[in-house]
Amino acid sequence: MIFSQVLAWFADAAHWRGSDGVPVRIAEHLYYTVITVLIASAIAVPLGLLVGHTARGGVLLVGLANAMRALPTLGLLTFLFLLFRSQGVSTVVALVVLAVPPVLAGAYAGVQTVEPGIVDAARGMGMTSAQRLFQVELPGALPLLLGGVRSAVLQVVATTTVAAYLGLGGLGRLLLDGLRSGDYPQMVAGALLTAGLAVVLDLTLAGMQRLAVPTGVQLSAASAASRGAG
Amino acid sequence: MLNDIGSYLSSASNRAKVLELLGEHVVLAVLPLLIGLAVAVPLGWTAYRMRWLRAAVLGTASVLYTVPSLALFVIMPSILGTRILDGTNLVVALALYTSALLVRPVVDALDAVPGHVVAAATAMGYQPLRRFVAVELPMAVPVLVAGVRVASVSNISLVSVGALIGIGGLGQLFTEGFQTQYLAPIMIGIVLTVVLAVAMDLLLVGLRRMCSPWARVGVTE
Repeated sequence: MIFSQVLAWFADAAHWRGSDGVPVRIAEHLYYTVITVLIASAIAVPLGLLVGHTARGGVLLVGLANAMRALPTLGLLTFLFLLFRSQGVSTVVALVVLAVPPVLAGAYAGVQTVEPGIVDAARGMGMTSAQRLFQVELPGALPLLLGGVRSAVLQVVATTTVAAYLGLGGLGRLLLDGLRSGDYPQMVAGALLTAGLAVVLDLTLAGMQRLAVPTGVQLSAASAASRGAG
Repeated sequence: MLNDIGSYLSSASNRAKVLELLGEHVVLAVLPLLIGLAVAVPLGWTAYRMRWLRAAVLGTASVLYTVPSLALFVIMPSILGTRILDGTNLVVALALYTSALLVRPVVDALDAVPGHVVAAATAMGYQPLRRFVAVELPMAVPVLVAGVRVASVSNISLVSVGALIGIGGLGQLFTEGFQTQYLAPIMIGIVLTVVLAVAMDLLLVGLRRMCSPWARVGVTE
Protein backbone atom coordinates (compact mmCIF):
# COMPACT_ATOMS: atom_id res chain seq x y z
CA MET A 1 0.00 0.00 0.00
CA ILE A 2 2.71 2.41 1.03
CA PHE A 3 4.62 1.18 -2.00
CA SER A 4 1.93 2.32 -4.44
CA GLN A 5 1.61 5.64 -2.60
CA VAL A 6 5.32 6.24 -3.00
CA LEU A 7 5.10 5.33 -6.68
CA ALA A 8 2.22 7.77 -7.02
CA TRP A 9 4.34 10.44 -5.32
CA PHE A 10 7.12 9.92 -7.82
CA ALA A 11 4.66 9.86 -10.72
CA ASP A 12 3.13 13.21 -9.71
CA ALA A 13 4.59 15.80 -12.10
CA ALA A 14 4.04 18.56 -9.53
CA HIS A 15 6.80 17.09 -7.38
CA TRP A 16 9.31 17.55 -10.19
CA ARG A 17 8.66 21.23 -10.98
CA GLY A 18 9.42 24.55 -9.39
CA SER A 19 11.77 25.76 -6.67
CA ASP A 20 10.86 22.88 -4.34
CA GLY A 21 10.84 20.18 -7.00
CA VAL A 22 13.02 17.08 -6.86
CA PRO A 23 15.67 18.31 -9.38
CA VAL A 24 16.17 21.55 -7.43
CA ARG A 25 16.44 19.64 -4.14
CA ILE A 26 19.03 17.28 -5.61
CA ALA A 27 20.98 20.25 -7.03
CA GLU A 28 20.95 21.99 -3.62
CA HIS A 29 22.05 18.79 -1.94
CA LEU A 30 24.93 18.34 -4.40
CA TYR A 31 25.89 21.99 -4.01
CA TYR A 32 26.40 21.70 -0.23
CA THR A 33 28.15 18.36 -0.63
CA VAL A 34 30.63 19.62 -3.23
CA ILE A 35 31.40 22.89 -1.42
CA THR A 36 32.01 21.27 1.96
CA VAL A 37 34.09 18.39 0.61
CA LEU A 38 36.22 20.84 -1.39
CA ILE A 39 36.84 23.06 1.65
CA ALA A 40 37.52 20.06 3.87
CA SER A 41 39.96 18.63 1.32
CA ALA A 42 41.72 21.98 0.97
CA ILE A 43 42.33 21.89 4.73
CA ALA A 44 42.88 18.20 5.35
CA VAL A 45 44.89 17.01 2.33
CA PRO A 46 47.88 19.39 2.77
CA LEU A 47 47.82 18.86 6.54
CA GLY A 48 47.67 15.06 6.29
CA LEU A 49 50.37 14.95 3.58
CA LEU A 50 52.62 17.28 5.53
CA VAL A 51 52.34 15.33 8.78
CA GLY A 52 52.83 12.06 6.90
CA HIS A 53 55.82 13.49 4.99
CA THR A 54 57.60 14.94 8.01
CA ALA A 55 56.50 12.03 10.26
CA ARG A 56 55.94 14.57 13.05
CA GLY A 57 52.75 15.06 15.05
CA GLY A 58 51.04 11.90 13.79
CA VAL A 59 49.69 10.91 17.19
CA LEU A 60 48.33 14.41 17.77
CA LEU A 61 46.71 14.45 14.32
CA VAL A 62 45.00 11.07 14.75
CA GLY A 63 43.80 12.06 18.22
CA LEU A 64 42.42 15.34 16.88
CA ALA A 65 40.64 13.61 14.00
CA ASN A 66 39.07 11.07 16.37
CA ALA A 67 37.92 13.78 18.76
CA MET A 68 36.30 15.63 15.84
CA ARG A 69 34.46 12.46 14.87
CA ALA A 70 32.81 12.34 18.31
CA LEU A 71 31.20 15.78 17.86
CA PRO A 72 27.45 15.34 17.23
CA THR A 73 26.64 17.15 13.98
CA LEU A 74 23.12 18.19 15.01
CA GLY A 75 24.56 19.78 18.15
CA LEU A 76 27.25 21.54 16.16
CA LEU A 77 24.69 22.81 13.62
CA THR A 78 22.36 24.30 16.23
CA PHE A 79 25.31 25.68 18.22
CA LEU A 80 26.85 27.39 15.18
CA PHE A 81 23.48 28.73 14.10
CA LEU A 82 22.84 30.44 17.44
CA LEU A 83 26.39 31.81 17.22
CA PHE A 84 26.48 33.05 13.61
CA ARG A 85 22.74 33.42 12.90
CA SER A 86 23.38 32.25 9.35
CA GLN A 87 21.98 29.00 8.03
CA GLY A 88 24.51 28.84 5.19
CA VAL A 89 27.61 29.47 7.29
CA SER A 90 26.62 27.09 10.09
CA THR A 91 25.66 24.34 7.63
CA VAL A 92 28.94 24.58 5.72
CA VAL A 93 31.12 24.82 8.85
CA ALA A 94 29.39 21.89 10.57
CA LEU A 95 29.66 19.72 7.45
CA VAL A 96 33.33 20.68 6.98
CA VAL A 97 34.02 19.59 10.57
CA LEU A 98 32.36 16.29 9.67
CA ALA A 99 34.30 15.85 6.42
CA VAL A 100 37.79 16.77 7.65
CA PRO A 101 38.56 13.65 9.80
CA PRO A 102 38.14 10.98 7.08
CA VAL A 103 40.13 13.00 4.50
CA LEU A 104 42.82 13.77 7.07
CA ALA A 105 43.08 10.14 8.13
CA GLY A 106 43.17 9.01 4.48
CA ALA A 107 45.92 11.45 3.46
CA TYR A 108 48.04 10.68 6.51
CA ALA A 109 47.61 6.91 6.36
CA GLY A 110 48.20 7.04 2.59
CA VAL A 111 51.64 8.64 2.98
CA GLN A 112 52.44 6.22 5.78
CA THR A 113 51.70 3.16 3.65
CA VAL A 114 54.30 4.21 1.04
CA GLU A 115 57.19 1.81 1.55
CA PRO A 116 60.11 3.53 3.33
CA GLY A 117 62.49 1.78 0.93
CA ILE A 118 60.94 3.59 -2.02
CA VAL A 119 61.22 6.97 -0.29
CA ASP A 120 64.83 6.18 0.60
CA ALA A 121 65.54 5.26 -3.01
CA ALA A 122 64.08 8.60 -4.12
CA ARG A 123 66.29 10.35 -1.60
CA GLY A 124 69.31 8.40 -2.87
CA MET A 125 68.49 9.50 -6.41
CA GLY A 126 68.86 13.07 -5.23
CA MET A 127 65.20 14.07 -5.07
CA THR A 128 64.48 17.07 -2.88
CA SER A 129 61.97 16.90 -0.04
CA ALA A 130 59.27 18.52 -2.20
CA GLN A 131 60.02 16.20 -5.14
CA ARG A 132 59.73 13.16 -2.89
CA LEU A 133 56.40 14.44 -1.54
CA PHE A 134 54.82 15.21 -4.93
CA GLN A 135 56.40 12.54 -7.14
CA VAL A 136 56.67 9.59 -4.77
CA GLU A 137 54.56 9.92 -1.64
CA LEU A 138 51.50 11.63 -3.13
CA PRO A 139 50.97 9.08 -5.96
CA GLY A 140 51.52 6.27 -3.48
CA ALA A 141 49.07 7.84 -1.05
CA LEU A 142 46.32 8.31 -3.65
CA PRO A 143 44.34 5.09 -3.07
CA LEU A 144 43.83 5.73 0.65
CA LEU A 145 43.53 9.50 0.19
CA LEU A 146 40.73 9.12 -2.35
CA GLY A 147 39.17 6.46 -0.13
CA GLY A 148 39.07 9.09 2.62
CA VAL A 149 37.45 11.63 0.28
CA ARG A 150 34.90 8.99 -0.73
CA SER A 151 33.89 8.29 2.83
CA ALA A 152 33.73 12.04 3.53
CA VAL A 153 31.35 12.49 0.58
CA LEU A 154 29.12 9.68 1.86
CA GLN A 155 28.95 11.18 5.33
CA VAL A 156 28.28 14.69 4.03
CA VAL A 157 25.49 13.46 1.70
CA ALA A 158 23.89 11.67 4.63
CA THR A 159 24.26 14.56 7.04
CA THR A 160 23.14 17.32 4.67
CA THR A 161 19.64 15.91 5.28
CA VAL A 162 20.09 16.74 8.97
CA ALA A 163 21.20 20.26 8.08
CA ALA A 164 17.74 20.85 6.57
CA TYR A 165 16.61 21.23 10.20
CA LEU A 166 18.02 24.77 10.14
CA GLY A 167 15.65 25.56 7.27
CA LEU A 168 17.86 25.24 4.21
CA GLY A 169 17.05 23.18 1.12
CA GLY A 170 18.36 19.83 -0.07
CA LEU A 171 16.70 16.43 0.07
CA GLY A 172 16.39 16.68 3.85
CA ARG A 173 13.45 19.06 3.23
CA LEU A 174 11.40 16.16 1.86
CA LEU A 175 12.12 14.13 5.00
CA LEU A 176 11.54 16.87 7.56
CA ASP A 177 8.59 18.56 5.86
CA GLY A 178 7.03 15.15 5.29
CA LEU A 179 7.55 14.35 8.94
CA ARG A 180 5.95 17.60 10.06
CA SER A 181 2.87 17.21 7.88
CA GLY A 182 2.64 13.43 8.36
CA ASP A 183 3.12 12.92 4.61
CA TYR A 184 4.45 9.38 4.63
CA PRO A 185 4.93 8.83 0.91
CA GLN A 186 6.98 12.03 0.70
CA MET A 187 9.24 10.90 3.57
CA VAL A 188 9.85 7.53 1.94
CA ALA A 189 10.48 9.24 -1.42
CA GLY A 190 12.99 11.56 0.26
CA ALA A 191 14.71 8.62 1.94
CA LEU A 192 14.94 6.70 -1.35
CA LEU A 193 16.24 9.74 -3.24
CA THR A 194 18.92 10.44 -0.61
CA ALA A 195 20.03 6.81 -0.48
CA GLY A 196 20.04 6.68 -4.29
CA LEU A 197 22.12 9.86 -4.51
CA ALA A 198 24.60 8.42 -2.00
CA VAL A 199 24.96 5.17 -3.96
CA VAL A 200 25.36 6.97 -7.32
CA LEU A 201 27.98 9.35 -5.90
CA ASP A 202 29.85 6.47 -4.27
CA LEU A 203 29.96 4.51 -7.53
CA THR A 204 31.10 7.63 -9.44
CA LEU A 205 33.90 8.23 -6.95
CA ALA A 206 34.90 4.58 -7.02
CA GLY A 207 35.27 4.94 -10.80
CA MET A 208 37.28 8.16 -10.42
CA GLN A 209 39.46 6.46 -7.84
CA ARG A 210 40.36 3.79 -10.41
CA LEU A 211 41.13 6.42 -13.05
CA ALA A 212 43.14 8.71 -10.80
CA VAL A 213 45.38 6.14 -9.18
CA PRO A 214 48.52 5.45 -11.25
CA THR A 215 48.61 1.98 -12.82
CA GLY A 216 51.79 1.00 -11.00
CA VAL A 217 50.28 1.83 -7.62
CA GLN A 218 47.12 -0.08 -8.53
CA LEU A 219 49.14 -3.12 -9.55
CA SER A 220 51.24 -3.12 -6.42
CA ALA A 221 48.13 -2.61 -4.26
CA ALA A 222 46.43 -5.52 -6.04
CA SER A 223 49.40 -7.83 -5.60
CA ALA A 224 49.70 -6.81 -1.94
CA ALA A 225 45.99 -7.56 -1.46
CA SER A 226 46.28 -10.97 -3.08
CA ARG A 227 49.33 -11.74 -0.95
CA GLY A 228 47.38 -10.72 2.14
CA ALA A 229 44.41 -12.91 1.26
CA GLY A 230 46.56 -15.90 0.40
CA MET B 1 28.33 31.24 28.13
CA LEU B 2 29.48 29.41 31.24
CA ASN B 3 27.03 31.48 33.31
CA ASP B 4 24.25 30.33 31.01
CA ILE B 5 25.19 26.70 31.58
CA GLY B 6 25.32 27.32 35.33
CA SER B 7 21.91 28.92 35.45
CA TYR B 8 20.43 26.21 33.21
CA LEU B 9 21.77 23.49 35.49
CA SER B 10 20.74 25.32 38.67
CA SER B 11 17.16 24.25 38.00
CA ALA B 12 16.51 20.84 39.51
CA SER B 13 14.04 19.92 36.79
CA ASN B 14 16.62 20.70 34.10
CA ARG B 15 19.21 18.58 35.89
CA ALA B 16 16.78 15.68 36.15
CA LYS B 17 15.93 16.05 32.46
CA VAL B 18 19.58 16.09 31.37
CA LEU B 19 20.28 12.96 33.43
CA GLU B 20 17.25 11.19 32.01
CA LEU B 21 18.25 12.10 28.44
CA LEU B 22 21.81 10.93 29.13
CA GLY B 23 20.49 7.57 30.33
CA GLU B 24 18.25 7.30 27.27
CA HIS B 25 21.23 8.17 25.06
CA VAL B 26 23.34 5.40 26.60
CA VAL B 27 20.59 2.80 26.08
CA LEU B 28 19.88 3.95 22.51
CA ALA B 29 23.59 3.76 21.63
CA VAL B 30 24.68 0.62 23.50
CA LEU B 31 21.72 -1.67 22.74
CA PRO B 32 22.25 -1.47 18.93
CA LEU B 33 25.97 -2.03 19.49
CA LEU B 34 25.28 -5.32 21.28
CA ILE B 35 22.62 -6.42 18.78
CA GLY B 36 24.83 -5.43 15.85
CA LEU B 37 27.75 -7.39 17.26
CA ALA B 38 25.53 -10.41 17.90
CA VAL B 39 24.40 -10.29 14.24
CA ALA B 40 27.78 -9.46 12.67
CA VAL B 41 29.80 -12.27 14.28
CA PRO B 42 27.72 -15.23 12.98
CA LEU B 43 27.15 -13.42 9.67
CA GLY B 44 30.87 -12.74 9.27
CA TRP B 45 31.64 -16.35 10.19
CA THR B 46 29.21 -17.60 7.54
CA ALA B 47 30.75 -15.28 4.94
CA TYR B 48 34.21 -16.46 5.99
CA ARG B 49 33.30 -20.16 5.74
CA MET B 50 31.25 -19.94 2.55
CA ARG B 51 33.24 -18.05 -0.05
CA TRP B 52 30.32 -17.69 -2.47
CA LEU B 53 28.34 -15.78 0.17
CA ARG B 54 31.14 -13.37 0.90
CA ALA B 55 30.63 -10.90 -1.97
CA ALA B 56 26.86 -10.82 -1.38
CA VAL B 57 27.17 -10.21 2.38
CA LEU B 58 29.92 -7.58 2.12
CA GLY B 59 28.19 -5.86 -0.82
CA THR B 60 24.87 -5.64 1.01
CA ALA B 61 26.64 -4.29 4.06
CA SER B 62 28.39 -1.51 2.16
CA VAL B 63 25.19 -0.46 0.34
CA LEU B 64 23.29 -0.46 3.66
CA TYR B 65 25.96 1.76 5.13
CA THR B 66 25.39 4.40 2.44
CA VAL B 67 21.74 4.87 3.45
CA PRO B 68 21.61 8.17 5.40
CA SER B 69 20.64 7.79 9.05
CA LEU B 70 17.80 10.31 9.00
CA ALA B 71 16.33 8.55 5.95
CA LEU B 72 16.55 5.17 7.70
CA PHE B 73 15.02 6.52 10.92
CA VAL B 74 12.15 8.04 9.00
CA ILE B 75 11.21 4.93 7.00
CA MET B 76 11.72 2.48 9.89
CA PRO B 77 8.09 2.71 11.14
CA SER B 78 6.74 1.70 7.73
CA ILE B 79 9.00 -1.37 7.70
CA LEU B 80 8.52 -2.40 11.33
CA GLY B 81 4.93 -1.25 11.76
CA THR B 82 5.92 0.74 14.84
CA ARG B 83 4.81 4.22 15.79
CA ILE B 84 7.12 7.07 14.79
CA LEU B 85 8.00 7.96 18.41
CA ASP B 86 8.95 4.37 19.26
CA GLY B 87 12.57 3.94 20.40
CA THR B 88 12.62 0.60 18.56
CA ASN B 89 12.96 2.49 15.26
CA LEU B 90 16.24 4.00 16.36
CA VAL B 91 17.57 0.80 17.92
CA VAL B 92 16.83 -1.32 14.84
CA ALA B 93 18.24 1.30 12.43
CA LEU B 94 21.45 1.71 14.44
CA ALA B 95 21.76 -2.07 14.87
CA LEU B 96 21.60 -2.37 11.07
CA TYR B 97 24.42 0.18 10.71
CA THR B 98 26.48 -1.51 13.40
CA SER B 99 26.21 -4.94 11.82
CA ALA B 100 26.93 -3.50 8.36
CA LEU B 101 30.02 -1.80 9.78
CA LEU B 102 31.24 -4.85 11.72
CA VAL B 103 30.78 -7.64 9.16
CA ARG B 104 33.91 -6.69 7.22
CA PRO B 105 36.22 -6.50 10.28
CA VAL B 106 34.88 -9.90 11.40
CA VAL B 107 35.69 -11.47 8.02
CA ASP B 108 39.08 -9.71 7.84
CA ALA B 109 39.95 -10.74 11.38
CA LEU B 110 39.05 -14.39 10.72
CA ASP B 111 41.07 -14.28 7.50
CA ALA B 112 44.04 -13.00 9.48
CA VAL B 113 44.08 -15.94 11.92
CA PRO B 114 47.26 -17.81 10.94
CA GLY B 115 46.56 -21.07 9.09
CA HIS B 116 48.91 -23.12 11.29
CA VAL B 117 46.96 -22.09 14.42
CA VAL B 118 43.70 -23.32 12.88
CA ALA B 119 45.43 -26.47 11.69
CA ALA B 120 46.88 -27.12 15.14
CA ALA B 121 43.47 -26.68 16.78
CA THR B 122 41.89 -29.02 14.23
CA ALA B 123 44.61 -31.59 14.84
CA MET B 124 43.92 -31.37 18.58
CA GLY B 125 40.36 -32.47 17.85
CA TYR B 126 38.48 -29.13 17.92
CA GLN B 127 35.21 -29.31 15.99
CA PRO B 128 34.59 -26.25 13.73
CA LEU B 129 32.12 -24.53 16.08
CA ARG B 130 34.21 -25.06 19.21
CA ARG B 131 37.35 -24.10 17.34
CA PHE B 132 35.64 -20.87 16.27
CA VAL B 133 34.59 -19.96 19.82
CA ALA B 134 37.80 -21.06 21.54
CA VAL B 135 40.50 -20.22 18.98
CA GLU B 136 39.48 -18.09 16.02
CA LEU B 137 37.16 -15.63 17.79
CA PRO B 138 39.61 -14.77 20.60
CA MET B 139 42.36 -14.23 18.02
CA ALA B 140 40.02 -11.91 16.12
CA VAL B 141 39.34 -9.75 19.20
CA PRO B 142 41.83 -6.92 18.50
CA VAL B 143 40.54 -6.27 14.95
CA LEU B 144 36.96 -6.74 16.12
CA VAL B 145 37.36 -4.23 18.96
CA ALA B 146 38.81 -1.68 16.51
CA GLY B 147 35.59 -2.03 14.48
CA VAL B 148 33.40 -1.83 17.60
CA ARG B 149 35.16 1.39 18.64
CA VAL B 150 34.30 3.03 15.31
CA ALA B 151 30.70 1.80 15.57
CA SER B 152 30.43 3.04 19.15
CA VAL B 153 31.50 6.61 18.33
CA SER B 154 29.29 6.63 15.26
CA ASN B 155 26.24 5.32 17.19
CA ILE B 156 26.64 7.84 19.99
CA SER B 157 26.78 10.65 17.44
CA LEU B 158 23.88 9.29 15.36
CA VAL B 159 21.50 8.85 18.30
CA SER B 160 21.19 12.64 18.52
CA VAL B 161 19.93 12.77 14.93
CA GLY B 162 16.96 10.81 16.26
CA ALA B 163 15.87 14.01 18.01
CA LEU B 164 14.54 15.14 14.61
CA ILE B 165 11.99 12.32 14.73
CA GLY B 166 11.30 13.08 18.39
CA ILE B 167 13.45 10.50 20.18
CA GLY B 168 17.17 11.00 20.46
CA GLY B 169 18.57 11.16 23.98
CA LEU B 170 20.86 14.15 24.36
CA GLY B 171 19.90 15.22 20.83
CA GLN B 172 16.69 16.56 22.35
CA LEU B 173 18.82 19.21 24.08
CA PHE B 174 19.89 20.41 20.61
CA THR B 175 16.36 20.75 19.27
CA GLU B 176 15.24 22.35 22.55
CA GLY B 177 18.10 24.88 22.40
CA PHE B 178 17.34 25.63 18.76
CA GLN B 179 13.64 26.18 19.39
CA THR B 180 14.17 28.36 22.47
CA GLN B 181 17.25 30.09 20.93
CA TYR B 182 19.24 29.15 24.02
CA LEU B 183 22.88 28.00 23.82
CA ALA B 184 23.19 26.39 27.26
CA PRO B 185 21.35 23.09 26.58
CA ILE B 186 23.14 22.73 23.24
CA MET B 187 26.57 23.10 24.83
CA ILE B 188 25.67 20.70 27.64
CA GLY B 189 24.48 18.21 25.03
CA ILE B 190 27.66 18.49 22.94
CA VAL B 191 29.95 18.13 25.95
CA LEU B 192 28.05 15.15 27.37
CA THR B 193 27.98 13.42 23.96
CA VAL B 194 31.74 13.79 23.56
CA VAL B 195 32.36 12.66 27.17
CA LEU B 196 30.11 9.65 26.59
CA ALA B 197 31.97 8.74 23.38
CA VAL B 198 35.35 9.00 25.11
CA ALA B 199 34.16 6.98 28.12
CA MET B 200 32.80 4.21 25.88
CA ASP B 201 36.06 4.19 23.94
CA LEU B 202 38.15 3.79 27.08
CA LEU B 203 35.83 1.01 28.24
CA LEU B 204 36.30 -0.83 24.94
CA VAL B 205 40.08 -0.46 25.08
CA GLY B 206 39.97 -1.91 28.62
CA LEU B 207 37.78 -4.79 27.41
CA ARG B 208 40.24 -5.54 24.61
CA ARG B 209 43.12 -5.73 27.06
CA MET B 210 41.04 -8.07 29.23
CA CYS B 211 40.04 -10.30 26.31
CA SER B 212 43.46 -10.56 24.68
CA PRO B 213 45.92 -11.24 27.51
CA TRP B 214 48.52 -12.58 25.07
CA ALA B 215 48.87 -9.13 23.44
CA ARG B 216 49.95 -7.66 26.80
CA VAL B 217 52.81 -10.12 27.08
CA GLY B 218 53.94 -9.10 23.64
CA VAL B 219 53.60 -12.56 22.11
CA THR B 220 51.43 -12.28 19.01
CA GLU B 221 52.72 -15.07 16.78
